[in-house]
Amino acid sequence: MNPITEHNSRETLSPLKAEAKKLNFYYGNFQALKNINMPIYEKKVTSLIGPSGCGKSTYLRCFNRMHDLYPGNRYEGAIEFHPDRTDLLSKKVDPIEVRMRISMVFQKPNPFPKSIYENVAYGLRVRGESARSVIDDKVEAALRSAALWGEVKDRLKELGANLSGGQQQRLCIARALATDPELLLFDEPTSALDPIATASIEELITELKERVTILIVTHNMQQAARISDFTAYMYIGEMVEFGVTDQIFIKPKRKETEDYITGRFG
Amino acid sequence: MTDHTSKNFDLELESLRTYVLKMGGAAEQQVRKAIEGLYSGDQAFLETVIRDDDRINQMEIDIDALCNQVIAKRQPTAIDLRMIVSVLKVISDLERIGDKARKVARLGITLSSLSGDGVLNEGLNHMTEIALKMLRLALDGFARVDVSLATEAVHLDKLVNAEYQSISRQLITYMMEDPRAITRSLDTLTIAKAIERVGDHATNIAESVVYMAKGLNVRHISADEIEDRIARS
Ligand SMILES: Nc1ncnc2c1ncn2[C@@H]1O[C@H](COP(=O)(O)OP(=O)(O)O)[C@@H](O)[C@H]1O
Ligand SMILES: [Mg+2]
Repeated sequence: MNPITEHNSRETLSPLKAEAKKLNFYYGNFQALKNINMPIYEKKVTSLIGPSGCGKSTYLRCFNRMHDLYPGNRYEGAIEFHPDRTDLLSKKVDPIEVRMRISMVFQKPNPFPKSIYENVAYGLRVRGESARSVIDDKVEAALRSAALWGEVKDRLKELGANLSGGQQQRLCIARALATDPELLLFDEPTSALDPIATASIEELITELKERVTILIVTHNMQQAARISDFTAYMYIGEMVEFGVTDQIFIKPKRKETEDYITGRFG
Repeated sequence: MTDHTSKNFDLELESLRTYVLKMGGAAEQQVRKAIEGLYSGDQAFLETVIRDDDRINQMEIDIDALCNQVIAKRQPTAIDLRMIVSVLKVISDLERIGDKARKVARLGITLSSLSGDGVLNEGLNHMTEIALKMLRLALDGFARVDVSLATEAVHLDKLVNAEYQSISRQLITYMMEDPRAITRSLDTLTIAKAIERVGDHATNIAESVVYMAKGLNVRHISADEIEDRIARS
């Protein structure tokens, strides 16, 4: 069945932003992803859930070609990126180009050892932007989008590391947003944060999907249920079930999914 | 169903299930006793039925609180979530069935104090048996997460409705033939209506069972259509 009509029947019809097709991934001889087929819908939040070690981070890192940094890693299949249907994994595609369109936020807030301002400006400078007024505007816009502007506008020259954990994570989100990415990848972005900071990041993610497509790995199933439109359950390198989040959490199709989300796993 | 990693969660769900079945048994017994008392005209016995309704009300409150605790503590999903949502609906139907039993008992007391010939007949007894069979099937369906038992219950509602129609036609005939029978007949009609509603609540419970087992919302459709949807799911 056409994935768009299958999954969007009850939602407003959303076009594809990306699609994994027969994706395999190997760390040397170890196959970490097995024949993954999965749509990512535009301006929606898609969550990846599954037990530790099932391949969620590995899958996420295929999108921005992070695996290229290590020899012996190998992709098979394709990740088509829409609307141009560029195959992100193609040898002909420059990973730097890919990372211009796709940004990533990690589990631990990892601001650069620079000022708040420079943390956000960094990506713009890397892209060759040098006009101070343009950078100023984009830094402010990104900090506003990350719901941080109000808290830091008078201390832009302070070190990013001086911020609280939740603020640091929002700074990393601002840094990721500054270059206007089309897809934002999050790898367990709240697992190092307290509940209040977690709630504010979740709120932010929900706001961000107005303008950017989001793919998020989370080990917190309730978080997936709260913030995502679509949820995929992975197990030992395979995509067991993908569906509309409400369906996955109320009436999953596969027993394996049900056992996992109801805590009958193990 | 395999066990949860959390043994306490398993225990909580199990005690919830057991408690609902106990409440179901109590509601069934209340209806049975009310009808028994009605036929025997035993006022003291009917008084106990009225008093015992409080127990059912209390059970609803207790189970409701248990459900809230489980939701707050466990954030249930999938089958667990559907079970708890169903329990909340089932206990409200059971509580209403308890109310119907109390109503029958009250009218039973009124009727036993009226002079004149009775207008009760086997029809009401028969109708009660079917309605209670529906309730048992629906509760068994709940206990075993079995939709075939639940749909069987829904099918039986047609018989209850037909029996109610036949009783009301008969009572209208009485009233036209003998004006002295009007008060009695109207009270009896109210009793028949109460039992007919017991059938409706049993149908609701059966529909909750289908939701719990299959995630399908089958309210407001015929028994045949319910079977159809289950087959297609
Ligand atoms: N750099 C690596 N080299 C070899 N194996 C790896 C590497 N990174 C992860 N793995 C293995 O790949 C599997 C998937 O890991 P990962 O994607 O990190 O899982 P998750 O994010 O779901 O916890 C695991 O079995 C893990 O041990
Ligand atoms: Mg991971």
